[in-house]
Amino acid sequence: MELCYYPGCTLKTTAKNFEAPAIASMGSLGHKMVELPRWNCCGTVHSLADDDLMHQLASVRTLIRVLETGADKVVTLCAMCYNTLKQTNRIMLEDTEKRDRINNFMDEEKDYSGNVSVLHLLEFLRDEVGFDEIKDKVKRPLDGLKLSPYYGCLLLRPEGIGIDDIEAPRVMEDLIEALGGEAVESPFKIECCGSYHTVDDIEPVVERAKMIIDASGTRGAEAIVVGCPLCFFNLDYRQRDVKARYKEFNFIPIFYFTQLLAIALGLDENICDFGEHFVDPRPVLLNKNLVLGG
Amino acid sequence: MKRIGVFVCHCGLNIAETVDIKKVVEVISKHPSVAHVVDYTYMCSDPGQDMIKKAIVEKKLDGVIVAACSPTLHEITFRNAVASAGLNPYQFENANIREQCSWVHKDKKTATEKAIEIIKSMIEKLKLNQSLTAINIPITKKALVIGGGISGMQAALDIANSGYEVVLVEKTSSIGGRMSQLSETFPTLDCASCILTPKTVEVGHHPNIKLLTYSEVEGVEGYIGNFKVKIRRKSAFVDWDKCTGCGLCSEKCPTKVPSEFERYMGPRKAIYIPFPQAVPKKPIIDSENCIYFKTGKCRLCEKQCPTGAIDYDQKEKFIEENVGVIIVATGYDLLSKENVGEYGYGKYKDVIDGLQFERLLSASGPTSGEIKRPSDGKIPKEVVFVQCVGSRDPEHGMPYCSKFCCMYTAKHALLYKHAVHDGQVYVFYIDIRSGGKGYEEFVQRAIENEKILYLRGKVSRIFQDDRDDGKLIVWGVDTLTGKKIEIAADMVVLAMAAVPNVGVKELAKKLKISTDAHGFITEAHPKLRPLETLTAGIYLTGCAQGPKDIPETVAQASGAAARAITILSKPELELDPLIAAVDEEICTGCGVCVEVCAYKARELNEITKIAEVNEALCVGCGACISACPSNASIHKNFTKKQILRMIEEVI
Repeated sequence: MELCYYPGCTLKTTAKNFEAPAIASMGSLGHKMVELPRWNCCGTVHSLADDDLMHQLASVRTLIRVLETGADKVVTLCAMCYNTLKQTNRIMLEDTEKRDRINNFMDEEKDYSGNVSVLHLLEFLRDEVGFDEIKDKVKRPLDGLKLSPYYGCLLLRPEGIGIDDIEAPRVMEDLIEALGGEAVESPFKIECCGSYHTVDDIEPVVERAKMIIDASGTRGAEAIVVGCPLCFFNLDYRQRDVKARYKEFNFIPIFYFTQLLAIALGLDENICDFGEHFVDPRPVLLNKNLVLGG
Repeated sequence: MKRIGVFVCHCGLNIAETVDIKKVVEVISKHPSVAHVVDYTYMCSDPGQDMIKKAIVEKKLDGVIVAACSPTLHEITFRNAVASAGLNPYQFENANIREQCSWVHKDKKTATEKAIEIIKSMIEKLKLNQSLTAINIPITKKALVIGGGISGMQAALDIANSGYEVVLVEKTSSIGGRMSQLSETFPTLDCASCILTPKTVEVGHHPNIKLLTYSEVEGVEGYIGNFKVKIRRKSAFVDWDKCTGCGLCSEKCPTKVPSEFERYMGPRKAIYIPFPQAVPKKPIIDSENCIYFKTGKCRLCEKQCPTGAIDYDQKEKFIEENVGVIIVATGYDLLSKENVGEYGYGKYKDVIDGLQFERLLSASGPTSGEIKRPSDGKIPKEVVFVQCVGSRDPEHGMPYCSKFCCMYTAKHALLYKHAVHDGQVYVFYIDIRSGGKGYEEFVQRAIENEKILYLRGKVSRIFQDDRDDGKLIVWGVDTLTGKKIEIAADMVVLAMAAVPNVGVKELAKKLKISTDAHGFITEAHPKLRPLETLTAGIYLTGCAQGPKDIPETVAQASGAAARAITILSKPELELDPLIAAVDEEICTGCGVCVEVCAYKARELNEITKIAEVNEALCVGCGACISACPSNASIHKNFTKKQILRMIEEVI
């Protein structure tokens, strides 16, 4: 079955090694991810200003492209793209006044009324593939691997947009368990990672990264799993800055959920390009005989 | 032709200042149907009324119009005056020349003209008025009270003590409700059981109260004075007539499950009496957990029972009762834990709700009144209370205030300090709402004498810290200092929002009464009819209507009982005949009137195919009359012909 896929900028640049395992894994689960032709930027960071309709246009245009392919749903891998596209879609679906203004302005495009369903891949795995189905297809169960899910904000908020319970999400725990791993719950799994402060002021990001990583570490997690490339960057790459400040800090590797999916489904580990990670996750996998090593 | 008398009232200067009374009298006296016109300063006064009575007799009047204030004020006054002079009271009409005329106009000339027109149009109506008699309906002198909590018990006792029979239906196996779970009550710290038990015992023994516990209302038919109620008596699998309540069965039962009464903090058996002071003190078998019901083996309780009361084949029974009035007292529950994931309620054993803390405080509770936390039985030294959990929180709870939490939290904190002297208490609050006699003093006493730390702000998250003895870390904010707060607590008590009890919506449907957006039962008028539902003969009390504390609930229960007694104490129900009627010659039985009637007063007779009017339920709103496509529905003394004549007169 073909599945319309919207990559967004990050998955094509710094997060290529999250995209490849996603496409390969979905293929082995029987879903061919087909990249949306002529996609453009999602608009990044959904604009909450009531009169700032200009910022919705990039998302609307992308959603019109989806309809042109004949699909009625689009799946994303990036939490930011997911959130931005879905919030814009909600405006187009529910706010007729704004919808009309946007449609009138974009007179070169067909009118759009919010009838595409925007899905994050985690949501698709849970609701359309099913964790039982995934469990059946697992070839290399992540036996004994203690993994702590970290959700951040964009997968869960605001209400009506998020893919799971805002305060007590379960989707990544359930995925980890379906893959044979052990989910370690951290109280900070829905705390903010510091987000874009990482660009201009790394101070709060370093502090938050330390708090989040330590909380998982002290609870016995061997690695943390994320579903957002920005969270990944802040939790993985910023560990360098955490270590510079806190000598006693222990590194913990970070996985993108698609990488774990690929490993558990028995796919070639090289598509995950673990060498791109700041904290190399291979020793943890090697320890459990999940990768070949060397 | 009618001989109509018109009485024009000055209402002091209220009417006379703007309306030229002399002119009105002069014009009206020339009207062909008018036999007598007179004016007076205050028509409603005794001399004024005497003028009317005298004129009816002397002038042989067969119709009376009083041109005065609004009929909501004095229609009944004048109707009674007319009746006492021997004229049918429905041959009286009230022309409103005050609210709709003199008060709203300044120009005397136009006001006078308008007053004349109002009176003239009312003459046209009166000309076609029929003489009506009040509708009399027999009353079954018995009340049904649904819910055996403090509210239902108080209402039942008040009615029973007035000499009327009461059927009290309670869905659990014993009465007492939420109050029986409480430890001590604010603001006087009376022990709840001590003040409740005399009442439960009185209800249990009252000759006028028929107590049906472990029963639910299955269906209700009929109307005020004449309800027919079907009650389902669930099967307890114990013959309560034989049972002596000795408790041997529970003692020997091998199955232990978490007790609902103890809020799942202590065990009960599969055959159990929920608590020692239960009334009636009779056990039920929980067939879902009973070994015999699950595997077909065991029957230990049967062997133990000295009176042979165990009956595994007992079937549910249906009981029918005829009652005149119904009081709904279905109480409350606490918001479920799913709504507050961020506080870990349901995930961490030591995050408990207010009712659970009541059980920890209770001398007959799972810890015998010692405050021990559920996870490991240790005495908690740092306790955080969080108020407004799910209340005043439209985002993921309820928008309303649950009203009693501020007080019970202060009580909890105080009782905790009485028990654990070296303990530290923190209370997170939004506002302290302590309106009530002695309430504010109580809260101040807790704060000042017991050094309880009140922090104004909300809690954002509660989680368990694995590094430090499994302490619960509470993240909050103190909005008065603007500081973020982190407390490592041993136990957290959440004052969860009060919500309507399970099943109230379904019950409301059976009773044909309405509930609000949150499921609380709606009162007929929020201020002036707070004890009644919109359905005549059905009253409400206690938390079924909205969260409220014990004193308020008891007061409301007595109020509802008094309202019910006003019906029960009448020989017959006398209702105003100004309601809908059907012209049976014209009615086609289309049923439109049945659909539009908000009071369920219209019904299609299956045999005659004519839409009938239930005179006990009809309030004369007129909805069916305007909806009727064939003009078969008529309003008595307010027919379309009358209305047209009135309009013709004015234009």
